[in-house]
Amino acid sequence: MSATHPATRRSGPWTTAMTTLLRDRAAMIALAGLLLIIAACVLAPVYAEDIAHTDPFQSDVAATVMVHGQELAVMQPNDNPLHLGLTPLAPTWHPSAYLLGADSQGRDVMARLLYGGRNSLLISAAATVLCILMAAFVGIVSGFFGGVVDAALSRLMDIMWAIPVYLFAISLSIVTISQGLRIGPFTIRSDNLLLPIGIIALVYVPYAARPIRGRVLTLRRSEFVLAARGLGVPRGRILLRDILPNVSSTLIVLAPLLMALAMLAESALSFLSIGVQAPAASWGTIIQDGQGLIYTRPMVAIAPGLAIVLTVLALNILGDGLRDALDVRETSRRRG
Amino acid sequence: MQDELFAARDLTIALPGSQGSMIRIVENLSFSLAPREILGIVGESGSGKSMTALAIMGLIDVPGARITGSMLFKGQELVGLGARALRRLRGREIAMIFQDPMTALTPVHTIGWQIDEQIRAHESLSRAGARARTIDLLGEMGVPDPRRAADRYPHQLSGGLRQRAMIAMALSCNPSLLIADEPTTALDVTVQAQILDLLRRLRHNFGSSVLLITHDMGVVAETCDRTLVLYAGNVAERGPTGDIFAHPGHPYARALLASIPPLHGVRPSRLLSIPGQPPSPAERPAGCPFRPRCPQAHAQCEQTPPMVRRGEQDIACVLAAPEPVQA
Repeated sequence: MSATHPATRRSGPWTTAMTTLLRDRAAMIALAGLLLIIAACVLAPVYAEDIAHTDPFQSDVAATVMVHGQELAVMQPNDNPLHLGLTPLAPTWHPSAYLLGADSQGRDVMARLLYGGRNSLLISAAATVLCILMAAFVGIVSGFFGGVVDAALSRLMDIMWAIPVYLFAISLSIVTISQGLRIGPFTIRSDNLLLPIGIIALVYVPYAARPIRGRVLTLRRSEFVLAARGLGVPRGRILLRDILPNVSSTLIVLAPLLMALAMLAESALSFLSIGVQAPAASWGTIIQDGQGLIYTRPMVAIAPGLAIVLTVLALNILGDGLRDALDVRETSRRRG
Repeated sequence: MQDELFAARDLTIALPGSQGSMIRIVENLSFSLAPREILGIVGESGSGKSMTALAIMGLIDVPGARITGSMLFKGQELVGLGARALRRLRGREIAMIFQDPMTALTPVHTIGWQIDEQIRAHESLSRAGARARTIDLLGEMGVPDPRRAADRYPHQLSGGLRQRAMIAMALSCNPSLLIADEPTTALDVTVQAQILDLLRRLRHNFGSSVLLITHDMGVVAETCDRTLVLYAGNVAERGPTGDIFAHPGHPYARALLASIPPLHGVRPSRLLSIPGQPPSPAERPAGCPFRPRCPQAHAQCEQTPPMVRRGEQDIACVLAAPEPVQA
C-alpha cells in the first residue's frame, strides 16, 4: 500500500470498521429494529397515558371498554360448560384499547409489554456493561500479569463456569430474593433491579473473561509490546496504551452477544418470579402471566415471547456484523 | 581504542530445556562497542544474535533463563540489574528497533501518537510539545511531509516509512546505544539502502552507537565499522569489517563470504554452500561448534578453539595464522 493512498487517508481502524458495518445490510436492519424496539419501550408512558388511556399496573377486573362502537367488559364470562372464572378480553387490534387484549387481572397487555421491555432492556444492558467491566478486569489482569495471578483467576473462572449458568443465577436469586442483599450498612431490597443486574453480570463473567484473556495473551507476546518494552515504556502505560485499545474491539464484539444472553437470563429469572418483582413487569413476568391463559388467550404469552426472540435475534445479527467489521487482525496485517 | 560505551565479557545465556537441563544459547560471548561505532553481529538464524540483543535490553522473560558473565554499559553492570533500573535505561539510554515495523507498531494508534507517547513516557512534556518533537524527528528521519505522516496509521504507510517512524521512536530520547535487530530484512533493496544510510548518519546527528544484528553480509559490508561473526552461540571471528572481508580467518567466515555471488567476472554455475546445518543449541558438539561442517576439521578441533589475534582480528580457530595470509 502506498503511503499517500488518497482513499485510505486518515482512516483509522475505527473508521474502517464503521464503514464496513454501515455496508453490512443485515447488521443495519438489526440495528434499526433494535432501535425501534428501544424507542417503543422508552415511549411506554406516552402509549399508556395518551393512546390507550390505561394504567398497566392497576388491576381492574370490572372495567369496560369501547371498541368499534361496542362496549365490552374487560373480563368476560367464560364459555366453558362450568362457567368458572372469567376470560380476559381478546386482542382488539385497536391501538386505543387493549390492542393485544387483557391479562388475567384486566391490565392492557400492550402497555405492559412496553413497560416490561423497559425493564428487560435496562437489566440486560446494565448487566452487559457491568459484566464486561468485570470480565475485562479479570481477563486483562490475568492475561497481562500471568503467573500465580493468572492461575488463581483462571481457576476461579473455571469453577464458576463449571456450574450451569442458569442454575448459578437461580441459586443466587433465590438467596437474595427473600430478604434482599445486605452489604455492610447498605441493604439492596429484593425488588431493586440492581439484584438481577448484578447476578446476571456475575454469572456471565467467565464467558466474557476467557476470550479477553486470550486476546491479552497474544497481545502481550506481540512485537509492538516487546518494542514498547524495548523503548522503556512502563508496564502500566503499556497496559493502558497498547493492550487496552487493542482489546477494546473484543469487548465491543462481545457486548451485543452478551446482551442477548443477559436478556434470556433475565427473562428466565423473571419467568420463575425471582427476577423482576410484581407489580413491575418484564417480558419474563408477562410470559408467566400468560402461562395460565395459554389455551384461551395465547397472545399474552406470545407477545412478550416474540419481543424477546426479535430482540435477541437482532442483537446476535448485530454482534456478527460487529465481529466482521472489527476483525482488526485481518485488516491491519496487510503489508506495504 | 577510546573508552568503551558497552562491553560484554563471557556473556552466556542459558534457557531451561527439558528435564531440568540448561541449554546454552549463547556461550562466552565477548565484544565491545565504542561511542559512535557501528558493530555488526552476523550469523545464521538460531545463532543467538537476537537473544544477545534481548539480553542486553533485559527483555528475556523466559522463566528460569540464566544470564552469566558481564555486560558493562557506561561502566554500569547490566547482568543482575533490577527490573526497575533496567526499565529506566531502556528507551533513554538503550533503545531497540525490530525487523518488522508493521508488527512492532500498535495498529490502533497513529504513528505520531505512538511517538508522542514514547516521548511523554520519558519526559514530562505537553501533548503539543511532544508532537512538535515528533514532527521534527520524523523530518530528520527523512519522512516526507512529516506533519501529515504523523496522522497516519501504521497500515497506511510503506514499509520504509514505518521503519523510519520506528527509528524516530527509538531515537526520541537520544539513546546512546541503538540495537537494530534485522532492521532491513522486511524491506526491499532500495529502501534497505536508504535505511542503512540513515543508521550510518545517526552517529553524527545523534551521537548514538549502533549494534546492528543481521544475517546479510552485504548489509554488514555497507554499514558496520566492526563485525562479529557468530556461529551457534559462539564467536567465530571479530574485527574491523574491512579486514574480515579482505582476509577472513575463520573457515566459517570464509565460507560465508564465498557464498555471496560475485558482482564481477564469471558467475559460478552453482553458488558455494556450506554443507550440513548449524547444530541445535542442545546438541552442540564439544570443542569448535563448526567442526562437523568444517572442511579443515581435524583432531585438535575437539578442544575449545583458542582466540587467535591477527592484526585487529580475533579468530576462534586453531588454524588461523597470526599474520594475514595473502589470498
